[in-house]
Amino acid sequence: MIVRALARWLDTRLGLAKPVKEALNHVFPDHWSFMLGEIALYSFITLVVTGAFLAMFFNDSAATVIYHGSYHALDGVRMSAAYRSALQLSFDVPAGLLMRQMHHWAALIFIAAIIAHLSRIFFTAAYRRPREINWVIGLTLLLLALMNGYLGYSMADDLLSGTGVRIAYAITMSVPLLGPWLASVFFGGTVPTGATIPRFYALHIFLVPALIATLIGVHLLIIWRQYHTNYPGPGRTDRQIVGSRLWPTYTAKSLGLFAFVIGLTAALGGLVQIDPIWIYGPNNPAAVLAGAQPDWYLGWIEGSMRLFPGANLRIGGWLIPEIFFPAVLFPALIFLALYLYPFFERWALFDDEPHNVLKLPYETPVKTAFGCALFILVLVCLFAGSDDIIASAGGYSVVEIRTILRVLFFIAPAVTAILVYTACSLWRRKRAGLYVE
Amino acid sequence: MTFASKGFGYAGWSSMAAGLGMAPGTNDSPSAPNAFFMSAEASSPAGSYGRPTAREDPQKPPAIPRYPGSSEPPGEHPSRAGSTVLVLSFLILALAAAIGFVVVYWNGANNMLLGSCLALTFLGLAFALVFWSHRLMLHQEAVAPRGPLPSSAEDRQLVFEDFYPGEPRIQRRALVTWMSAAIFGALAAAVVSTWRSFYGESYSDRLNSPIWHRGQQLVTDTGDKVTIDTLQAGAAAVVFPENKVGDVRAQAVLLRVPVQDLRLPPDRSNWAPQGYIAYSRVCTHAGCPVGEYESNIGLLLCPCHQSTFNVLTGAQPTGGPAARPLPQLPLYIDANGNVRADGDFSAPPGPGYWSMPS
Repeated sequence: MIVRALARWLDTRLGLAKPVKEALNHVFPDHWSFMLGEIALYSFITLVVTGAFLAMFFNDSAATVIYHGSYHALDGVRMSAAYRSALQLSFDVPAGLLMRQMHHWAALIFIAAIIAHLSRIFFTAAYRRPREINWVIGLTLLLLALMNGYLGYSMADDLLSGTGVRIAYAITMSVPLLGPWLASVFFGGTVPTGATIPRFYALHIFLVPALIATLIGVHLLIIWRQYHTNYPGPGRTDRQIVGSRLWPTYTAKSLGLFAFVIGLTAALGGLVQIDPIWIYGPNNPAAVLAGAQPDWYLGWIEGSMRLFPGANLRIGGWLIPEIFFPAVLFPALIFLALYLYPFFERWALFDDEPHNVLKLPYETPVKTAFGCALFILVLVCLFAGSDDIIASAGGYSVVEIRTILRVLFFIAPAVTAILVYTACSLWRRKRAGLYVE
Repeated sequence: MTFASKGFGYAGWSSMAAGLGMAPGTNDSPSAPNAFFMSAEASSPAGSYGRPTAREDPQKPPAIPRYPGSSEPPGEHPSRAGSTVLVLSFLILALAAAIGFVVVYWNGANNMLLGSCLALTFLGLAFALVFWSHRLMLHQEAVAPRGPLPSSAEDRQLVFEDFYPGEPRIQRRALVTWMSAAIFGALAAAVVSTWRSFYGESYSDRLNSPIWHRGQQLVTDTGDKVTIDTLQAGAAAVVFPENKVGDVRAQAVLLRVPVQDLRLPPDRSNWAPQGYIAYSRVCTHAGCPVGEYESNIGLLLCPCHQSTFNVLTGAQPTGGPAARPLPQLPLYIDANGNVRADGDFSAPPGPGYWSMPS
């Protein structure tokens, strides 16, 4: 009754009946792997809500204060106002710790979901024409998510994030020609400086999220216009979309997933401690934590920095710092390869046709082998990012672990590629046999 | 296609997983071709929602509306009443947990309890929605045609005609184009020039400015003057210039090593009086403080990326990813036994940048 009245009121003013009818009948394919992007979307919404809560209490100031609060272990300790406000919102604001931990967990889920979604797109060839634009937007979203995750945990100004800021500053400085200029612009001078946290804050809560939200909007508009792909199967063609209608089946399932993502985040935020900044203590440029690690999504860059051997390279008197290769060039090449892949494949396979039916990974052995090798390469680097932890936990020396990982850096991707290629080819042959029967 | 053919039963977690995405009607894998044909051949009229089925591909048989399990033998699936009870129980759980959140919030706001209540609220909602959609909703495979995305040549032509109305204006097109380019270029330059505001201090002034100068007294992090008696052999301390305690770029690690072990380059032979030797404490790799000293093997270790530097040979890197030695601070001991700097670091401290002097 109320719905009908409200609908009539709105339709009188906006003329919505036709577009709404079309929207309710919009077809979405039924497969769990199409939900990965939705998990990312819903964790982004969780991030915005919990982040808005945190922003009300966080103070982006590097001014020195003396702490006198309810966390007695740090009573009387000199720290930045930013760190003190992070402590206060964790200990003195009711539900503040829950919001902070949910925010951090949601960020991890957000990035993990994006990576899983990207892998699904890559291994099922969903990036092919006409979906190259969304591939590019999706990769850009991943970059922005990585950046914002880093900015977020760096703002708390604890000792761990202080270490991370110093390393990021060194990485920025290492870029030839632009490095010192970029470092000045992003960090507000030579680190440490009081200008860094306000810049990170403005980027973290406004500029980057606004970009992410805009790109998500464009991403969804494009997928709405193009429809999703369908997995292959008898009767599946490029000229139709098979699945459930938006209303009511798909809506119920998707809202269920939304609630599940929030529920999972709340369970983690309430029960599993994350980023306990009060244990690390306040940032102090003359101090450092042993066993410091970035969040896992940046651990592979940390690891490549550890694996790359020191090389003092000068070209015409200009220094190319040793960290430029593992921390700037290596990630840049990986992202460049990913950005260009759809266009490269189109060129290499002379394939200019639009595709709406996916290819299963075993149908494209070369690409699947390449993707898995890339994945293993990043995984080796991720392990290298924790080589000191692995060494001390297993009773090895860091040198031993690092030597093994340096070998694996070259061997593991190659072996993976060969194994995956062989497996896919065998599988493909077997399938072909099955269909003949 | 039946549920059973997908390998998903009705009970518990597996149907939950199915509800999260592996819904019936999905034929994502060619491994179940029989299941597909079974549903495809058992055609029946469109669904009871009364909407026309969007189905225009003649290759495809009409969609089959079905309640979950409608093609199962009777008795093997739960009743609609049972499913309703299930959905309602989850909704009641969500309701109770939400009330619990309020109660906990006003009674100490324990983080674990708050999180658990919030989690149960949303997980209850999630399970209710999933079971509802999975067990109580009509499952009907929908098929919609995809029109070709590119517009027809005529439509494109019409758009271009609207976009370039009237040809006479074209006479000055070149001028307009160049003017526009010039304006946008100037505007871009204006915007980019404001980046200067973000510099803070000029990096080149800061990076190239001297840090230590001759005669500066070394003090510890508590501000105590370093004298000839401050360190025993094998000991280490963090030192700063007097009145500059905490200065990050100036921070140095002061060590005392046996004089006979030193293997410094000839031009630094008098930089380490009485075995007192000082190096910049900022790692040349990525800028972390070089915080650990293993006096028995004479190595400084950076805990961030495990670079090691040999203190006896001028802090040359001996392991790990660092490429450049830690800059050394020349020292002398004055007539009163105070340890003082005999000039600036041997190189700019900290991680490298392209214009760093060698």
